[in-house]
Amino acid sequence: MSVFADFDTIMERLASQRLWDFPGGVRPEGQKALSNKHAIETMPIPQKLFIPLKQHIGVDADLVVKVGDYVKRGQALTESHNPFALPVHASSSGTIIEIAPKASSHPSGIEELTVVIETDGKDDTVQYHPISDYLNQPHSALIEAICKAGISGMGGAGFPTHVKSSNVKPIEFLIINGVECEPYISADDRLMREHAWQIRQGIDILAHLLSPKQVLIAVEDNKPEALKTISIACQQQTNYQVISIPTKYPAGGEKQLIQVLTSREVPSDGLPIDVGCLMYNVGTCYAISDAIIEGKPLTERVVTVTGKALSQPKNIWARIGTPVADCISAAGYDRDRQVNPNIIMGGPMMGFTLRSGQCPIIKTTNCLLAPAAKELPTIEQEKPCIRCSACADACPVSLLPQQLFWYSKSKDYDVAEEYNLFDCIECGACAYVCPSEIPLVHYYRMAKADIRQQQLDKEKSEKARIRFESRKARLLAEKKAREEKHRQAAAARKNAMKSDGSNAKDKIAAALARAKAKKAQQATIDKSANDKSGNDQLASNQSVTNNPEQTPANTKENTPDKNEKIAAAIARAKAKKAQQKMSSDIPLEKSAESNEQVTDNNNNQSGNALSKKEKIAAAVARAKAKKAAQQKNNDS
Amino acid sequence: MPKQKRQLNKKIMTAKSSSSPHHHIQRGTGAVMRIVMFACIPGIALQTFFFGYGILIQVLLAMATAVIAEATILELRKKPVEHALKDCSALVAGLLLAICLPPLAPWWIVVIGTCFAVVIVKQLYGGLGYNLFNPAMAAYVMLLISFPVQMTSWLPPAVLAEQTIGLKDTVYIILTGYTSNGYNLDQLRVAADGLTMATPLDHVKTALTQNLTVEEAINSEIFRGSSGIGWSLVALGYLIGGLALLKLKIINWHIPLSMIMGAVLCASLLYLIDNSIYPGPWFHIVNGSLIVGAFFIATDPVSASTTNNGRLIFGFAIGMWTIIIRTFGNYPDAIAFSVILMNMAVPLIDYYTRPRTYGHKVKAKSISKE
Repeated sequence: MSVFADFDTIMERLASQRLWDFPGGVRPEGQKALSNKHAIETMPIPQKLFIPLKQHIGVDADLVVKVGDYVKRGQALTESHNPFALPVHASSSGTIIEIAPKASSHPSGIEELTVVIETDGKDDTVQYHPISDYLNQPHSALIEAICKAGISGMGGAGFPTHVKSSNVKPIEFLIINGVECEPYISADDRLMREHAWQIRQGIDILAHLLSPKQVLIAVEDNKPEALKTISIACQQQTNYQVISIPTKYPAGGEKQLIQVLTSREVPSDGLPIDVGCLMYNVGTCYAISDAIIEGKPLTERVVTVTGKALSQPKNIWARIGTPVADCISAAGYDRDRQVNPNIIMGGPMMGFTLRSGQCPIIKTTNCLLAPAAKELPTIEQEKPCIRCSACADACPVSLLPQQLFWYSKSKDYDVAEEYNLFDCIECGACAYVCPSEIPLVHYYRMAKADIRQQQLDKEKSEKARIRFESRKARLLAEKKAREEKHRQAAAARKNAMKSDGSNAKDKIAAALARAKAKKAQQATIDKSANDKSGNDQLASNQSVTNNPEQTPANTKENTPDKNEKIAAAIARAKAKKAQQKMSSDIPLEKSAESNEQVTDNNNNQSGNALSKKEKIAAAVARAKAKKAAQQKNNDS
Repeated sequence: MPKQKRQLNKKIMTAKSSSSPHHHIQRGTGAVMRIVMFACIPGIALQTFFFGYGILIQVLLAMATAVIAEATILELRKKPVEHALKDCSALVAGLLLAICLPPLAPWWIVVIGTCFAVVIVKQLYGGLGYNLFNPAMAAYVMLLISFPVQMTSWLPPAVLAEQTIGLKDTVYIILTGYTSNGYNLDQLRVAADGLTMATPLDHVKTALTQNLTVEEAINSEIFRGSSGIGWSLVALGYLIGGLALLKLKIINWHIPLSMIMGAVLCASLLYLIDNSIYPGPWFHIVNGSLIVGAFFIATDPVSASTTNNGRLIFGFAIGMWTIIIRTFGNYPDAIAFSVILMNMAVPLIDYYTRPRTYGHKVKAKSISKE
């Protein structure tokens, strides 16, 4: 367990310019002089702008423009209420000619939905809404303005700035990162030299928002001019301190800079805020100042265009969405100085090779590097690791890269995680020093991606497993419940059987009695049924009498005779038929049914007395009646 | 202009994408190995000066054998030969074995030893980077156990020898066992006073068995002060080379320092117990191969511990074992045994000496809460 220095100790040490150090690190040649000699130049407006909808860590916002729309500079192309979404803006005026997935400026080269604007050269802007009296504004209004300006961290990772600034925890140190430790890059250097005042304004806004105890502005000691200008800009503020940091890569890494300034370490599963620190890049401060004081959204940034394959390496103000090819040709790209065309976005340590010259400048792009043939050594072939541990000596977070390599290569991911694979910041120091030229970081990235995929798969199969098991458990429980019920029933029966003999005898007697009673009942029912049939016959006769088409023969005798009965049935049927015919032209099925029912009832009631034949005849009649009714229905 | 741009796009499109970092330090494995070999030069030069040309012949034989053996085994393993030879690791293994051998040992000793080191100890374990044991030391142990007579036939320093031999005779005796005048090795080992010479370590050990004290033992011709003539200067030569390796950051300070500390501590302890039968720490440092072992042998990266704390333990234990085996064992020197012994412990040491990663096991106690 190591314990961090407290605020007062840190302040004491900083006052005497004594800093801490981080382990490892490397000192590659700076090469900053290539590009930092001249003032930042403004590029002509490119003919086409390719603006990807997502340029930060977080989620996409929703598109609010369509093909054919005319947009002005600073007009938002997307909108969202999701706190992790950032809008993107048109960086010049023109017409949207296409909205389609295009190769993105991302190491994977994956396609990203991109708005293509054909510029008209007028560079018309929307009306900006500056907040000049920000001290009197509520914090929420400022944070909203920062969000609406589309600002994400401009040092590299691209974390939405408004999210970071909505912090509510107490802050001891607000750290402004002007270290720019990676070789070749001089964008922040030039920005600090030329726009120190705006940066200072941005810092003021952040300090107002976050109210830290102390503001530390860190600049690497290989940028003396920037140190001087920023010191002058900040000299009136009593709690601002500009600190010169020894040049060592990766001193500009967030975790490393916190360690250098405060000795504190961001917990592995935590954030800088957990150790009382918040860090912003100088470029972000500039953008914040622009967004609040001028009301301008983020539509351009400083990009170092450098490398010995360019005749005029320089820093440029590049609009977001400018194709890389435009930028490098503006700096005099000479294809013949390279063996294979090779443009790196970012620095030589952490940058990535671009797949296409069409890839746009995005909010996090700080450098374009076009190295000449022998400028950066070509990696020939990976040789076996000799476990020299030069990598471990260079690792700024005290990992054992040689072991991680071993376990990543053999896909022994559990052990790789045990060796803290996910604490790797991918700074590339290990691969830089490796005498066997092993692309270590590449192995770690692959391992990390694999592990993430495995975790996803695992979660999925875990869900499936839980579902399956709960189903199994449910079925089992049901089965058990059933068995239990059966068992209880059986037990009850058994108990009943087991109980004393007299009881059993009683039961038998009772059963016998029940059976007898049933028989008797049956007999009575039969009797009454016969009586009933007689009555029914009478009733039917009566009803027939009511009918105008009745046959007088039916009324002659009451005695149920076979022939007579048949005749009666026929007569009934006929009567019915007639009735139906007479009834209106819209006989409802229901009415037909109810008629039938009536007939049925009649038949049933008389059924006991009627013989088979009669029954058949009745049924035939019924069927006919039904058919007729149906036909009628159909007709209607 | 648009056409040009399209072409440019197309050109960039065809670029081979590679992973960061794109920058790389210009010192490959081959360069590291070559620097190690150069660092041996002062030691070898002094060894030649004091003990004759034998060492040079042995080094050349070992290196030639190493290259041939490596090429052959790589061919058999169907691995790219040229690529692996470029890393010079076989040459270093051969060189380190050769400087540990008696200068006039017969040629087949060094050939067998080098083949064993390269083929069995290194390549059969998977080649460079995969061997568990230090190839040179494993071969040395094998030779010492198999051919004890040849492996212990050391020469007296040239200044004490009855007769010194030139380059031609050295070649003769290594290849045939006899000089051109017909002397054999045993005759050459006789010193001016007619006694067969031993190494300082052997001398003391033998003397102790004859009930002499250490003080009496080192009161011999082969000693000047408490260090054997020649031996201490050879050790100094390797020390210079070793310091150069440290300066060039080829090796870390952990193993050499902790190994010497381990030896010194252990020897001092024994010396304090009884200084009549246990020689002091200085004696152990300047005689025998402690220095060459500390800077060149134990620092072999492949078979040594790879964590800094692990290296301290690894080196310290080797130093300690060296003194223990020298004092209580029957072999003339103990570096090889100690190194092999600790090679076996490396995985365990490495596992328990992992450094604390940034942001792990930290207490955020000091952060004030307002």
